[in-house]
Amino acid sequence: MVLVKIAWRNVWRNKLRSSVVMISVILGIWSGLFIMAMTLGLNEQRMSGAIDTYLSHLQIHHPKFEEDYNKNDTIVNRYELNKQLDTITRIKAYSERLVINGMAATSKGSYGVKILGIFPSQEKEVTKISQKLIAGTYLNKLKRNPMLIGAKLAHKLGVKEHAKVVLNFQDMDNNTIAVSFRVEGIFKSASSVFDQGTIFVKYQDLAQLTGLNGGIHEIAILCHKIDDTEMVKQKINTPNKIDTWAQIAPELGYAQQTMSSFIYIFMGIVLLALAFGIINTMLMAILERKHELGMLLSVGMNKRKVFVMIVLETIFLVLIAAPIGILLSYWSIYYFGIHGIDLASISQGLESLGIGSRVYTYLPLNMYFTITFMTLVVAVFSAIFPARRALKLKPAEAVKAN
Amino acid sequence: MMKVIQTQELYKIYNQGQENEVRAVNKVSLEISKGEFTAIVGPSGSGKTTLLNIIGGLDAPTSGKVIIDQTPIEELKENDLINFRLHSIGFVFQSYNLIPVLNARENVGFIMLLQGMAEDEINKRVTDLLKSVGLENQMEKRPTQMSGGQQQRVAVARALASKPKFILADEPTANLDSKSTGDLLDIMEHLNKTEGTTFVFSTHDQRVIDRAHRIITLEDGKIIDDVKVN
Repeated sequence: MVLVKIAWRNVWRNKLRSSVVMISVILGIWSGLFIMAMTLGLNEQRMSGAIDTYLSHLQIHHPKFEEDYNKNDTIVNRYELNKQLDTITRIKAYSERLVINGMAATSKGSYGVKILGIFPSQEKEVTKISQKLIAGTYLNKLKRNPMLIGAKLAHKLGVKEHAKVVLNFQDMDNNTIAVSFRVEGIFKSASSVFDQGTIFVKYQDLAQLTGLNGGIHEIAILCHKIDDTEMVKQKINTPNKIDTWAQIAPELGYAQQTMSSFIYIFMGIVLLALAFGIINTMLMAILERKHELGMLLSVGMNKRKVFVMIVLETIFLVLIAAPIGILLSYWSIYYFGIHGIDLASISQGLESLGIGSRVYTYLPLNMYFTITFMTLVVAVFSAIFPARRALKLKPAEAVKAN
Repeated sequence: MMKVIQTQELYKIYNQGQENEVRAVNKVSLEISKGEFTAIVGPSGSGKTTLLNIIGGLDAPTSGKVIIDQTPIEELKENDLINFRLHSIGFVFQSYNLIPVLNARENVGFIMLLQGMAEDEINKRVTDLLKSVGLENQMEKRPTQMSGGQQQRVAVARALASKPKFILADEPTANLDSKSTGDLLDIMEHLNKTEGTTFVFSTHDQRVIDRAHRIITLEDGKIIDDVKVN
């Protein structure tokens, strides 16, 4: 107990030095956790952006559809499949689509696009394009051939709301047709790549023009939770091919894994810097108190107790600073999780990665505990070297030191 | 009289075999009995502190033996030696060396805590010890709130706390004024007379030499004189 008392009081002996260590710990924890939260937030946004915009959690296609996007490879037993999907409670909503590759042309130019024929009421429940309109409405105003176009494509084609765009594509007999559609809405998602390559039209219009009435190329399924994805996949019994979001866009899964590794590497660097800070400060503290340590060894305090006393001092420093660092981190992550961090200056780069210009920080609760534990472990290990130095002091020499 | 300290042909040689060889302690054999009030005197560099360090087990001799209360201390392992110091020797240092973050009471009690004594017993003994050095009103003060003389009195109380076989005091009055030196010597002499506490000082302070009952004079590490004073 007396060791605890001495160690605790030693912490406050040189307030400036202790404050420097504590501030380093606070900043170390805060910067580590905040960068983690930002990185996870970026990745989470990229994933949820992709899922909410075009991926959804699961997609069902004809087994051969993805080989060459043949228009005639429509989903097998569509209505039976619908019935099955209706009974799975973990499914929040699903959307049936026709998927046709074609060209969008205006007098300003023509660009390759993916044309999605959708049922707006279904699609609205699965993707958030309806919430990302920056102009116009969501395929519910114009009667004849309405379309939704991405902001980037609209800009390239030089079109605004109600402007005409000619869509060229092949029907089921491979005849090329060119039909004029009118822009009913312009959307801007987090992904500029998606915005410049995707057009939404009504299912009926596209089905009629291609002759694919009753056919469906794709069913996008949104589960209540992302974790339900695999379970829902197992429950669906169909000859069609079912892919999870991670199978369709493996780069998203890889990105998540990479980010996780990166986060630990980054945190490792922060903690290493922290460790050197602690070692340096504790070594200074030992040099300053050389004669006192010499006295303790002289009067009969054994080396184990001297060692414990020095390690305790470091632990106290960290125990004071760590909660402050964690609270600061929690508060700033919570605040920027709601209000976001405006990264407008690099928005172009972020949008090409499918991330919006405002980043919302996010950090699971368990990470706070992990980092706190890691910090404590680093602090204890950092104290070992200075403590060992103290043990090497020769009492007769140390007691005379000034 | 029971021998508390015995040294047999003690040598401490620095840079042995080299041109700049120094014999800090040169064939010192002495015996100090229980209850003696001994001053080891000599000019600076005569080997007083080195001899005291070797007797206290803080430094190892190059050769020779130190026997404390029939225990040859060079045979003790490091941890046993530390434990031996804790239970058998009291130290008083020139610059007091109190723990600055503890008050007088805690500084004195600290040694007893290390010895594993019960808290009630510690409290009682601390009070008695601080009373015996005239600091009953300064118990809650930290070293920085006390004068040099008061700090050295706390150091004496601390040295006595472990009920040691003897107290080694290295230049205990070197940093004290005349009044404090007188007070400290009164206290130590009183403890020596009433409790039979054995004191061994290293000093070149005439005021201490004048009060010593035995004076051992060192020069170049050798005992050149050893007289008892009545």
